[in-house]
Amino acid sequence: MDLSEINPVLLVASLMVAATPLLLAAIGELVVEKAGVLNLGVEGMMIVGAISGFAISVETGSPWLGFIAAAIGGAVLSLLFVLLTQFALANQVASGLALTLFGLGFSALMGQSYVGVKPPSMGEIHIPIISDIPVIGPVLFQHDPILYLGIALTAAVWAVLKYTRVGLILRAVGENHDAAHALGYKVIKIRIMAILFGGACAGLGGAYISLIRVPQWTEGMTAGVGWIALALVVFASWKPWRALLGAYLFGGITVLQLNLQAAGVAIPVEYLAMSPYIITILVLVILSADKSSAPASLGRIFHASH
Amino acid sequence: MTTPLLSLQGLTKAYPGVVANDQVSFDIGEGEVHALLGENGAGKSTLVKMIYGLVKPDSGTMLLRGQTYAPPEPRSARADGIAMVFQHFSLFDALNVAENIALGMENPPAMGDLASRIREVSETYGLPLDPYRTVGDLSAGERQRVEIIRCLLQDPKLLIMDEPTSVLTPQEVEILFETLNKLRSEGTSILYISHKLEEIRTLCDHATILRLGKNVGECVPSETSARDMAEMMVGSTLQTPERSGREFGEVALDVTGLSVPSPSEFGTALRNVHMTVRKGEVLGIGGVAGNGQDELLGVLSGEILTTADAIKFNGQSIGKLGPTARRKLGVLTAPEERLGHAAAPDMTLTENAFLTGSVREGLESNGFLKWSETKVFAEKIIKAFDVRTPGPENAARSLSGGNLQKFVIGREVLQNPDVLVVNQPTWGVDAAAAASIRQAILDLAANGTAVICISQDLDELMEISDSFAALNEGRLSAPRLTTGLTVDEIGLMMGGAHGMEVAHV
Repeated sequence: MDLSEINPVLLVASLMVAATPLLLAAIGELVVEKAGVLNLGVEGMMIVGAISGFAISVETGSPWLGFIAAAIGGAVLSLLFVLLTQFALANQVASGLALTLFGLGFSALMGQSYVGVKPPSMGEIHIPIISDIPVIGPVLFQHDPILYLGIALTAAVWAVLKYTRVGLILRAVGENHDAAHALGYKVIKIRIMAILFGGACAGLGGAYISLIRVPQWTEGMTAGVGWIALALVVFASWKPWRALLGAYLFGGITVLQLNLQAAGVAIPVEYLAMSPYIITILVLVILSADKSSAPASLGRIFHASH
Repeated sequence: MTTPLLSLQGLTKAYPGVVANDQVSFDIGEGEVHALLGENGAGKSTLVKMIYGLVKPDSGTMLLRGQTYAPPEPRSARADGIAMVFQHFSLFDALNVAENIALGMENPPAMGDLASRIREVSETYGLPLDPYRTVGDLSAGERQRVEIIRCLLQDPKLLIMDEPTSVLTPQEVEILFETLNKLRSEGTSILYISHKLEEIRTLCDHATILRLGKNVGECVPSETSARDMAEMMVGSTLQTPERSGREFGEVALDVTGLSVPSPSEFGTALRNVHMTVRKGEVLGIGGVAGNGQDELLGVLSGEILTTADAIKFNGQSIGKLGPTARRKLGVLTAPEERLGHAAAPDMTLTENAFLTGSVREGLESNGFLKWSETKVFAEKIIKAFDVRTPGPENAARSLSGGNLQKFVIGREVLQNPDVLVVNQPTWGVDAAAAASIRQAILDLAANGTAVICISQDLDELMEISDSFAALNEGRLSAPRLTTGLTVDEIGLMMGGAHGMEVAHV
C-alpha cells in the first residue's frame, strides 16, 4: 500500500468532476420538488440526456450542441411525466418509476450504434495567470465550462427561490396549491415549467457523464446517480447550497475510495465502494436535523375543483 | 338612489346535479356593510367566488359602478378593487407574513418596503403583526389579520369576508368590528358572509338571505329579530333542544396534569391539563381553533398516548391504552374532520360503521367480519339519526356534510358510551340537523353518559353544556358552571384579545 501515490491536487480536481452530474440532477429535482411535484424519473431523464448528448456531439462534432441536445432530450422525456401527472392526474410515484424504466430501455435502443465510439472533447477553460497559480489553479480553474455551469446554476436557483417573485410563487405552489389557485396563480403551468427545468438539468447531468466524466457510451451508464440525486434533495432539506455540499461530499468520497483501492489499502473493496453512500447520507441526516421540512403539497395531485 | 357599487343581476351557476345559484340579484351600496346569510350549501360561497373571479356564472351579469364587470380571474377582480378574506385561510404555513402578503398583491414593493407598510397599516387598524414571523406559528386570529392586511394594502372598494368570526374570541370579534366600522367610514363596502345572526344585527346595514341557491328575502338586520332571520334561512320554524334537570353521578373521567407535545409541526402542545367529568354531565370546551383541540381529542381517544395515570376512567388508568382498548371500556370519540378522520371517504357506510363499532357491537369473530350484523348496525344509525342516503352501501364521500356528521355522531351515540368525546359536532351542519345532534347528545347525558363537547361555537356550548372550560395555547382553564357565565368572562377564559387593540385614528 502506498498512500503517497495519491495526489491531493488531482484528487480535489477530480472530485469536482465526479460531483457535477449529481449536482446538476439534484438542482433540477430540487426545483421540481419545491413546486410540489415528486418526479422519480431522474435516472431515466439522465440516461436519455446522456445518449442524446453523446449522439449529437458525435454526429456534429460539437460537444456544445451535444449538451444542448441533452437538455432538450431530458426535457422532452419529462414532458411525458407532465402529460401523465398534470393532465391525466396519474400517481406521481408510479409515473416517475415508469419514466425511469422507459428511459433506460429507450436509451439502450438509441445507443446501439454508439458503443465504443469516442466523443469529441470539450476542452478546459484556461484563464491566463489564474489557471497557472500552483495548487489553486489546477484545483479550481482548469475545468470544463459545464462544471462551472453547475455551480452557477446552484447559485442562480438559490437566489431565484429566495429573492424573486417567481421563486416565491413557485414555493407557494409547492406549499399549498389550493391557496395558490385561490389567489389566481396558474398551478399547473408553474409546475410544468418546473418539471421541464428539472428534465433539462437531469439531461445535462447525464451528458456530463457520457461526454466528460467517462467519455464513452455504455448501456445504463448513469448507474444510479439519478437515485442518489433524489435522496440528496431530501437530505439537503431542499436547500441548494446543501445539495452542492452533499454532491461534492459524495463525489469526493467516491474519488477518494477509488484512489484508496488503487493504492491497495487493506479494507475490502466492498466497504470502500459503499462508503460514499453511507457517509454522504450520514452527514446530510445530521445536517437536516433542523426543522426545515418538505414542501407541504409535495407529491399531491392538484385538481381545480371550481 | 345613487348607482350601487356592485349590482348582481340574475346570476345563475349550476354544477352537475345541483343549482348552486339560481337567478340571484341584489345590490351592494357604496360604504355599505352588506350581509349574505344562508345555511351551509345555500350557495353563499359560489356566489362570492363568482364576484371574485374564481368561478364564471352560467348566466346573469354584474355591474361595478354601472360598468359591466366579468372578471376572468381573481387577478383582474383584485385590479378592480375587489378583495377577499377566505373562510379557509388561503395562507402558506411555511412562508413568512410578508411573503404571504406579497403573494396576494399584483405589484408588491420590495420586501423591506413591504414590511414597513405592513407595520404601518397593521398599527393604524389595530392589528399588530410582525412581518417576518412564519405564518405556521401564528394563532388563528393572527392568521386572519394577515389576510385582512393583505386586502387592506390594496385599497379595496369592496371587501368580501367569508365567515370571519368563526375563529375569533368575543374580544377579537369586537376589535374586528371596530376595524370594519372604520373601513366603512372611509367608504369601503363590505360583503359579510356569516350565519351568526347577532353579529349581523350589530354590524350590517342590509342583509340578503339565500336558501337553496335562491334569494329568498332581504331585511334590515337591526330591525329584524334573530329568530325571524333564522327562520328565513331555514324556511321553517326552529326547534330548540330541550334539557331536563339532571343529577350528576360520580366522576367518570379524570384528567390530571396532562402534558403532551403535538404530533404535527404547527400544532399546539397540551400543557398541564386538569379536568373531571361526572356521569350525566356535559362539559363544554371552547377556545379558538388551533389552541390544542385536536391534540386533546387525540389524547382522549388514545391516538396520542401519554402517561398511564394522566387519564383515569372510573378510577382505572387508561393513559397508555390505544383507541380500541378504550372503546372496549366505553370511552368513545368522534373527531372533527368528517372525511378522513371520523370516516374513510371511499368506504361504504356499512364499512365505516364497522370501523368504530366492531368492538362494542361484536361485529367481528376470530378475525372475520360479520357483514349482516354490521349492515343492521349501519341501518340502525341511518334510521335513528335520519341520515339522508339511499342505503348503507353508499360511500361516505357521497353524503352531504350534515348527513355524514349525523352518521358519525350517531355511530358513537348508539354504542352506549360511558364517556363520549365529540369535537365540533355540528360544524358545517344546517340548523335543523344541528338541533337534532345536540338533542341526541343531551339525551345521552340524561341517561348517565359523561360527555365532553369540544366546539368553537359558543352558542352551542352555552346551549348544551353544564360546565364550561376553554383551551388557550394548550392550557385548559378551570371549568365553571355554565349558568350565569357572561360573554366577557368566556372571552377572558379563551385568552382575551391576544394582544389586539382597538383601531386608532
